[in-house]
Amino acid sequence: MVAVFKNLFNLSLADDNDEKKGKLSGSISVDRVVKSFIQNDGGRVVALSGVSLEVGGGEFVSLIGPSGCGKSTLLRLIAGLNRADSGSLYLDGEKITQPEYQRGLVFQNPLLFPWLNIHSNVAFGLRARKIYRENKNEVEKFLKLVGLEKFGRAYPHQLSGGMAQRASLARALINRPRVLLLDEPLGALDAFTRMNMQDEILRIWRERKITMIMVTHDVDEAIYLSDRVVVMSPGPAKIDTVLDVPFSRPRARSNPDFLLLRSSILKILNYGGQIVEPTYQI
Amino acid sequence: MRILKIWWPLLSSSLAIVLEIWLPNSPKHPPVAEPYFLYLLILASVLFLGCAVGCCLRAGFRAIIDDKAYFYAAALAALNALNLVTNKFSLLPAIFFPTPDRILNVLVTDFPYLFADCLGSSAKLLFTGFFSGAVAGLITGIAVGFSKKISYWVNPLIRIIGPIPPTAWIPIVLVAFPTTFGGGAFLIALSVWFPTTVMTSSGIANVQNAFFEVSSTLGAGHYYQIFHVGIPAAMPFIFIGLFTGTCSSFITLMTAEMLGVKNGLGWYINWQREMLSYANVYAGLIIIAVSFYIFITMFFKLRDHILVWQKGVIKW
Ligand SMILES: Nc1ncnc2c1ncn2[C@@H]1O[C@H](COP(=O)(O)OP(=O)(O)O)[C@@H](O)[C@H]1O
Ligand SMILES: [Mg+2]
Repeated sequence: MVAVFKNLFNLSLADDNDEKKGKLSGSISVDRVVKSFIQNDGGRVVALSGVSLEVGGGEFVSLIGPSGCGKSTLLRLIAGLNRADSGSLYLDGEKITQPEYQRGLVFQNPLLFPWLNIHSNVAFGLRARKIYRENKNEVEKFLKLVGLEKFGRAYPHQLSGGMAQRASLARALINRPRVLLLDEPLGALDAFTRMNMQDEILRIWRERKITMIMVTHDVDEAIYLSDRVVVMSPGPAKIDTVLDVPFSRPRARSNPDFLLLRSSILKILNYGGQIVEPTYQI
Repeated sequence: MRILKIWWPLLSSSLAIVLEIWLPNSPKHPPVAEPYFLYLLILASVLFLGCAVGCCLRAGFRAIIDDKAYFYAAALAALNALNLVTNKFSLLPAIFFPTPDRILNVLVTDFPYLFADCLGSSAKLLFTGFFSGAVAGLITGIAVGFSKKISYWVNPLIRIIGPIPPTAWIPIVLVAFPTTFGGGAFLIALSVWFPTTVMTSSGIANVQNAFFEVSSTLGAGHYYQIFHVGIPAAMPFIFIGLFTGTCSSFITLMTAEMLGVKNGLGWYINWQREMLSYANVYAGLIIIAVSFYIFITMFFKLRDHILVWQKGVIKW
């Protein structure tokens, strides 16, 4: 009974978030989380074997690692879409038990609702939370933020991959989540669109001071965007190394320090090919 | 060539008029009160003459008739042929194959009765049954699609009752219900209910789980997800179910009227058949064809309106 009351109290605190954002900064804490799946053949796969991670409010962290090492699983646990077998996860000290708008999620596939036009897709969160009426103008604002102000009436099938992903980003951002979880959001895009989207994400991250945790396959992308890069390794699935990225932004991808960090990450990832160390003279 | 094309319907109807006037009627067919077939042909000629002239004067006019020109010409030729085979040469048994003139005469003279009484009664029965069946089907389908518990108890029932053709219930239902109207409506509802239920629940079961996941991270609760994710996503399936139900409801309507309900178009056709007035039977069939055509057209209009998002036609 007391617990229920406490939960209600916490929820109402979370609801009028904007002013209190200073305190509820969006820090994530993952504490010795174990997660395994039963496969179709009856076998057990340990997707995460005791993972701990602290992400500060407003930080940009990338998760990188070979496929199948549990990156998506970790993100889904933070989102509240799956339950951990043991261990716990917290958002600003509050235990994560189920999905909520405070932890927005963007997948590789934009997953726009095909039956809604772009305007209604972006407005979905506001409508679901029954705050659409008083926040109507927000929709235009967020469409503009991702450069889709002219496409509000278009349906998802009429957009290109990059535009759809930007709409998906706007849809998650309009809830003003404390944390935005991104699971290979740019993986399906061509190189040029991807670089533009990286800058866009960076701009939004700076403007809105949201904590961002992003899964990526792209070492360059991880270094270009993040404050820290978390390298994960499989069998048993765990965090291998956490690297700081101390460079100031905007970052030049051809910077020697950038390339040095890049090759050391590739080494940790046990990249099979030849790594050409950058050599430079002063 | 394209200029010639728009004159074809006029040519066809003119030919029909010439033959209708020039050739004597066969004595095997009883004479009719008014030459409505000739009126119809003249009306068609005036219409197509107007169209053809309009096409010559204004380019925009062409689109209305152009691609259908050959079809209209062929349809008029078919009517012409039917008139020759029956009215002029009497090549078919006169009693089963009345002349177009006779059928038109019946349509005109019996129109108030056919339209107000028979069609009205059929429409009332159809709409009552159709809408209650559709609503019941949607509710059952949604409940089965979203609730494991309801699915556990109701699914076996659907699987056993569903495949029985609704018309097989006629002997029981028409006796069990206090009025034949109630019984007929129930049978029509049953024939709409089954396909709607099955397609609604399987449509919901086929919705990508990822849509529910995304919506839950956007702050949608369980009920919001049902009405704003599950049902819209299942809409294409739901419309397939409703369409199947529509077709099967027409069959049920006709059978119920022929076998028990003493009213409506099905009953009228059956009654006229027993009296060997085949012109009336055809007149009834024409009314049925036209009204079901309108019903289905409206249904598809509604579907296109609701499923605009599905059409990949408009590209940016
Ligand atoms: N729903 C699931 N059912 C069964 N196995 C799963 C499920 N989700 C993930 N796994 C397994 O857990 C492991 C980690 O998967 P995932 O987190 O998706 O890896 P990554 O995103 O790093 O490529 C994989 O071996 C995968 O097969
Ligand atoms: Mg993954």
